[in-house]
Amino acid sequence: MASTEEIRAGLAELVNEVTGLDADEVQLDKSFTEDLDVDSLSMVEIVVAAEEKFGVTIPDDEVKNLKTVGDAVGYIEKQSA
Amino acid sequence: MSRRRVVVTGLGTTSPVGGDVASTWEALLAGKSGVRHLTEDWVEEMPVKIAARAAVDPTDVLDRVVARRLDRSSQLALVAAKEAWADSGLVSGESVDGDRLGVALASGIGGVITLLSNYDALKEKGPRRVSPLAVPMLMPNAPAAQVSLHVGARAAVNTPVSACASGNEGVSLALDQIRLNRADVVLAGGTEAAIHPLPMAAFANMMALSKNAGDPTTVSRPWDVGRDGFVLGEGAGCLVLEELEHALARGATIYAEVLGAGITADAHDIAQPDPEGRGGTRAIKRALEEGDVDPASIKHVNAHATSTPQGDIAEGLMLHAVLGKHVDDVVVTSTKSMTGHLLGGAGALESVATVKAIVERVSPPTINLDDKDLAVDLDIPTSPRELPAGDIVALNNSFGFGGANVAVAYASYSA
Repeated sequence: MASTEEIRAGLAELVNEVTGLDADEVQLDKSFTEDLDVDSLSMVEIVVAAEEKFGVTIPDDEVKNLKTVGDAVGYIEKQSA
Repeated sequence: MSRRRVVVTGLGTTSPVGGDVASTWEALLAGKSGVRHLTEDWVEEMPVKIAARAAVDPTDVLDRVVARRLDRSSQLALVAAKEAWADSGLVSGESVDGDRLGVALASGIGGVITLLSNYDALKEKGPRRVSPLAVPMLMPNAPAAQVSLHVGARAAVNTPVSACASGNEGVSLALDQIRLNRADVVLAGGTEAAIHPLPMAAFANMMALSKNAGDPTTVSRPWDVGRDGFVLGEGAGCLVLEELEHALARGATIYAEVLGAGITADAHDIAQPDPEGRGGTRAIKRALEEGDVDPASIKHVNAHATSTPQGDIAEGLMLHAVLGKHVDDVVVTSTKSMTGHLLGGAGALESVATVKAIVERVSPPTINLDDKDLAVDLDIPTSPRELPAGDIVALNNSFGFGGANVAVAYASYSA
């Protein structure tokens, strides 16, 4: 199973792919909307790409709870545990 | 109140023969074809294996993150619009009020590649894999909207749709918007990116595409006896249209004046042109009337001539019907002999070529015209031909499925 850092790095790659943001900026304490300026459609793209990459399901209802990169990494860890 | 005059102050294109206006114009004068064998995997079982791809891939010149949010038709439109906008020297909020800046950017088919690739994803991976950006990418007004976002255009942002006449209709609509005092500047033109197996199979099955399997560069051959259909091309053209006083006040470079436009419909057949070209004749006549143009002043025509057996002949009849004996003094070209047919982008690219011909006083050649159809009695040079000095008028014609006919008259501009 992937480590927290591996999931964060994998997620950062996806954020970079979708938004062009430097992957190093995508740290656990960063808020997707406040800090990283990820808009709602980009967030959906990132979520769907993360589902495929990590083999998990992230329901739309859950996405609004994933405020920070850490929230998303934690959710993916829990789902793939 | 006297009518507002409209001039061209910026040009842009990305075409099958060049990634900008300069390289496209150079290739057109050199008679270079942009038609090639396609190399994609899907080509194998296709009835037609050639097309005229954009010479410079738009993803090579646009920012990666910008490009991935755009259908290819919008990518091409943005490249052409950025060039035209930079060429005009205008800055929204400074030299033009964004509220008085519009866009009239056409497409014949819209974001068909995005639509079909998302359908593939839906079928293969399920609804979750359909992109949340699919709708804003594939909607027909996406290219115009993206250009509006790029330049800060907040007057009317429109997408005229009339198949292969769309690009010319974009110019016509821009002319209207400025004349009606709804805008001072409008980015006009058209775009198309439909080199995909579905539209290609559809055009081939309706016998519109050439099935000539010879050297691809010789297949688009308007008015030649060996013509048997068009070659699909992709690309975009964009012109900055500006109200004359607005352009003069800021010391803009003025390439040409847009004198008038004519738009008519055949009401004859959904796909076949009227064999006598009556609708096209009325469109050309209307453009000349609107611009108060003496037929004797017309020295150049960038013809629609797509290399189809019927259409090329009908266009000759139109020019004879409107120009009478003056048709002998008109240098006619079909740049589609080199670029293929850009559908909704065609009228726009050819508008750029028409304006360049006026400015440079030379008509690009028509290539592959080895054995001219005897039914066509027009002066169609096969090498570049100088155009006369002094005040001249040039016409750009476009015709589309649905019976759409659009003619736009441009004049040289002298202060």
